[in-house]
Amino acid sequence: MVEFALPKNSKVGTGKSVKAPSGSKRVKAFKVYRYDPDSGKNPTLDTFEVDLDQCGPMVLDALIKIKNEVDSSLTFRRSCREGVCGSCAMNIDGGNTLACTKAIEDVSGEVKIYPLPHMPVVKDLVPDLTHFYAQYASIKPWMQTETPAPTRERLQSKEDREKLDGLYECILCACCSTSCPSYWWNGDRYLGPAILLQAYRWLVDTRDEGTGERLDNLEDPFRLYRCHTIMNCTNTCPKGLNPAKAIASIKQMMVERRG
Amino acid sequence: MASPRSSLRSPLGAVRGLGSAKDGTHHWWLQRVTAIALVPLTIWFLASLVVLSGSSYEVFTAWVAQPLVAVLLGLFVGVGFWHLKLGAQVVIEDYIQAESTKIIVSMLVNFATVLLGAAAIFSILKIAI
Repeated sequence: MVEFALPKNSKVGTGKSVKAPSGSKRVKAFKVYRYDPDSGKNPTLDTFEVDLDQCGPMVLDALIKIKNEVDSSLTFRRSCREGVCGSCAMNIDGGNTLACTKAIEDVSGEVKIYPLPHMPVVKDLVPDLTHFYAQYASIKPWMQTETPAPTRERLQSKEDREKLDGLYECILCACCSTSCPSYWWNGDRYLGPAILLQAYRWLVDTRDEGTGERLDNLEDPFRLYRCHTIMNCTNTCPKGLNPAKAIASIKQMMVERRG
Repeated sequence: MASPRSSLRSPLGAVRGLGSAKDGTHHWWLQRVTAIALVPLTIWFLASLVVLSGSSYEVFTAWVAQPLVAVLLGLFVGVGFWHLKLGAQVVIEDYIQAESTKIIVSMLVNFATVLLGAAAIFSILKIAI
């Protein structure tokens, strides 16, 4: 059933508050979701004040500064710090995005930071993406062919290659899927925008020979048709991609093959 | 969503589940077709109501009794309830997780829409014939 309120053991309390060092001129407050399932305690929202004159420009810079200088137990994923790896996806200022490409100055007032919505939390800002990755594996995200492998590259015209633009750039950060209400309510069976965009990436690849089987696997009231064109995915994508359009294209292929 | 860790089943096994239903496109497409059909029918129905507003019972029944009007009214009601049934089905699948409740509620909605649709069409025919 749809969960409108948090379960009792997930209600977020007020946590500790750490002031900026005295003499700081440009102070910004960061409210960060803290949760350690092993502790048995409810999550809290901790407040950390950061001197922006002593901090890099992005939200990730502030998180790293807090972890290095204030509270080393603060837990989050990060790697490339330039929007390529997708590790630091989280909910910042009410929207899912990458902490490394979200400028602090773009947030007015306090910067509220939560993990990606509606996913099990491993600790603090780290969501459990096991199911998401299994869904990705389920669409067989690799080239499927029956024609014997050529001795050189599989050729593709320039026009056909261009069909992959706007799809191959996806870094699987899960911002879109975890912003989608349909994925919140039915994520156990609905594949969600990220995985469906990836599915479409293989459906339009002219070198792939498994299009029919791929469509067979997607033709399901839950796997594909839970998408109701809500568009949260496209609004939130930190790479500026359009998963909603990719899903619409899959639906179009489904209708097309029925004749 | 339940934590994938709560089960010993492999994550991929859980995702594959019972496999694809190989269905869903028909339902989705019908929803679009009925929606498009309802656009002219609804405009015609509302426009007729505006024109006839304030008329007597006799004028109204005489209007309904015209063959073309009766056919269009029947289509409007039939397609309308069909579209309602298709839409309600989606809402039920979206929001009701328990399989038993889902089946019972969607069955009740099916019965209700067919019953209401049949009653409406019968009423039109009764006036028209």
